[in-house]
Amino acid sequence: MEIFFLLGMPLLGGFLLALTGHRRFAPDLNGAMSLATLLASFVLTAKVINDGPVSAFNEQFFIDPFNVFLVTLTAFVAFTTSMFSRPYMRIEAEHGRLSTARLRLYHSMYQMFTFTMLLALTTNNMGILWVAMEAATLTTVLLVSLYRTPASLEAAWKYFILCGVGIAQALFGTILLYFAAEKVLGAGGNALLWTHLNAVKGLLEPTVLSLAFVFLLVGYGTKVGLAPLHNWLPDAHAEGPTPISAVLSGLLLNVALYAVVRSKVLVDGALHSHFSGNLMMGFGLFSVVLAAFFLSRQKDIKRMFAYSSIEHMGLITFAFGMGGAVATFAALLHMTAHSLTKSAIFFAVGHAAQKSGTQMMDGIRGLIKTNPTIGWGLALGSLAILGMPPFGVFASEFLILTTAMHEHSWATPFLLVALGVAFAAIFGKVQPMVFGETAGKRLPHPPALAPVFVHLALVLMLGLYIPPYLADWYRQAAALLG
Amino acid sequence: MAIVQNMPIAQQLINLFAALLLLIAFAMLSQRRIMSLINLFAMQGLILTLSIADSAWLTHQPHLYYSAALTLLLKVLFLPWLLHRLIRKLEIKWDVETLINIPTTMLIGIMLVVFAFNLALPISELSGTILRNTLGIAMASVLLSFMMMITRHKAIPQVIGFLAMENGLFFAATSATYGMPMVVELGIALDVLVAAFIFGIFFFHIRETFDSLEIRHMEKLKED
Repeated sequence: MEIFFLLGMPLLGGFLLALTGHRRFAPDLNGAMSLATLLASFVLTAKVINDGPVSAFNEQFFIDPFNVFLVTLTAFVAFTTSMFSRPYMRIEAEHGRLSTARLRLYHSMYQMFTFTMLLALTTNNMGILWVAMEAATLTTVLLVSLYRTPASLEAAWKYFILCGVGIAQALFGTILLYFAAEKVLGAGGNALLWTHLNAVKGLLEPTVLSLAFVFLLVGYGTKVGLAPLHNWLPDAHAEGPTPISAVLSGLLLNVALYAVVRSKVLVDGALHSHFSGNLMMGFGLFSVVLAAFFLSRQKDIKRMFAYSSIEHMGLITFAFGMGGAVATFAALLHMTAHSLTKSAIFFAVGHAAQKSGTQMMDGIRGLIKTNPTIGWGLALGSLAILGMPPFGVFASEFLILTTAMHEHSWATPFLLVALGVAFAAIFGKVQPMVFGETAGKRLPHPPALAPVFVHLALVLMLGLYIPPYLADWYRQAAALLG
Repeated sequence: MAIVQNMPIAQQLINLFAALLLLIAFAMLSQRRIMSLINLFAMQGLILTLSIADSAWLTHQPHLYYSAALTLLLKVLFLPWLLHRLIRKLEIKWDVETLINIPTTMLIGIMLVVFAFNLALPISELSGTILRNTLGIAMASVLLSFMMMITRHKAIPQVIGFLAMENGLFFAATSATYGMPMVVELGIALDVLVAAFIFGIFFFHIRETFDSLEIRHMEKLKED
């Protein structure tokens, strides 16, 4: 029942805003629907805390320690982003960058996007998971091209085609998975339910599953932004409106990685080898290194932080690939911390770009003089994402690195060099933007920066103290994922 | 030969349809006219429908009849109609694309087919169902459509490649297994439908902004 509300709220919001998304009150309605979704997720979380894992509607949906915190995180970031988007999109509309039809599209698709991500996270059916992932692409593709500039159209086309092709590979993987499952579980609706598959994973045909995993990893990995399949990501993040960059980076990438990890559990059970882990480590490490070296060449601030997302998703994929209790714990913590930090950074970046009238880093200077809150938000957010203690990202990166030193020492130099290069690149570019001299004016409107500092406070808390429920879920999920 | 003679006629038919699908995939790879490309796509959908209906008859799976009907409606009637309407509105009905080096493309295509068959070989041997070569053929047509998307410079042929890839995947789903569960199939069909609409919207946006549907104009976003 809680799941019904959790999924129903954004769906209802999508329909309501499709009709009223251009009105004066639409941003508030958008925020209210996101708040309702967040409340539903709290009720669901409370139920999981009390009763343990739940399943609903004939096992079509289920919530276990692995996805419960992702559901809450998704609902939370979707809500704070809607709070950020209220003043941000009003300013954009006043600047004449958006017509009423586009505002309607934006608000409606924002809610539908939340719906598809929550559906992907809560469904028990590997087929529906695929459908929801594809739907998540479809809902955001027209948002990337919302401003209709040539660059944004190109970015959206690239996003559409690359993710469409990628996700088609994942469908092939799902078909192969079903092909193997059907022999054990029989034809029919239950053969794609993850819980059923997980129960019989030792009996699934290993050759079919290893081939299926390659397709699933390539398919969903495209959406995670793993190199060399990451081409769409910097463009889509840079050209879309900032609230969309924040949810793409903070949430969608997580959800796609969630799909990969769910598949990995099944394949590991069937193969009894480290095949899937090795593949994920390879892709992850390559993404970390490649993204770190691209960081220093960026001129557009949103592109730079998009590459930083690729780097962090690579790191998380690498950690999941290593497996084991500590690395998986660290990967889950990093997922949470990255998603909060990166969306906070995008909020600050959005206002900084709005103030300066450009996304080019050369044009953004001296934020701390004119708008101190934006400046501090960007500075603290960048320090947090670079893994400075005492923020949460430090804790998870530390755990990942120490585990890598123990178990895969060959990978440590690559990781350390990449993290160092990333630090130098981002720090060197953020510093003049925050502290430099400027002749620019103050942002005429009050910026919406409460979400930035709420997120950063949470990340700080994760670095110092992890709430016992969360730690418990991480541990249980780590045990589940192996 | 003995194997072929022992096969029931329905099964031989599925192999025939599979072969036809592969043939159409090659035809699409080399087709330069946009109108003929859409007709080929509709034909591919029709053969897919027939093969699904045939599997349904062979395996007595009633829900496969529904997916055959769904395929007929979506891929044979609706999508080709939509594409025809689009090219009429965009006034590019008689567009001819310059494709470089069709023979090379075909040769690479043949290599892709060999690769797909080898990849599918261990799985085909496991299968007791109607599939023998069908999974290999399905994989080959997915790869060929993929290649078509890479070699084309115009938006509409790229999209047809995308939809053809979806056809190949559907063929894999219905011939390798007894069709995916109905709810999943409906979801996939919905996604394809929405994707087709979004592609349509895109064509107009791209044309409005770039005055052409050549993808080449949109290669500004590059790492330098």
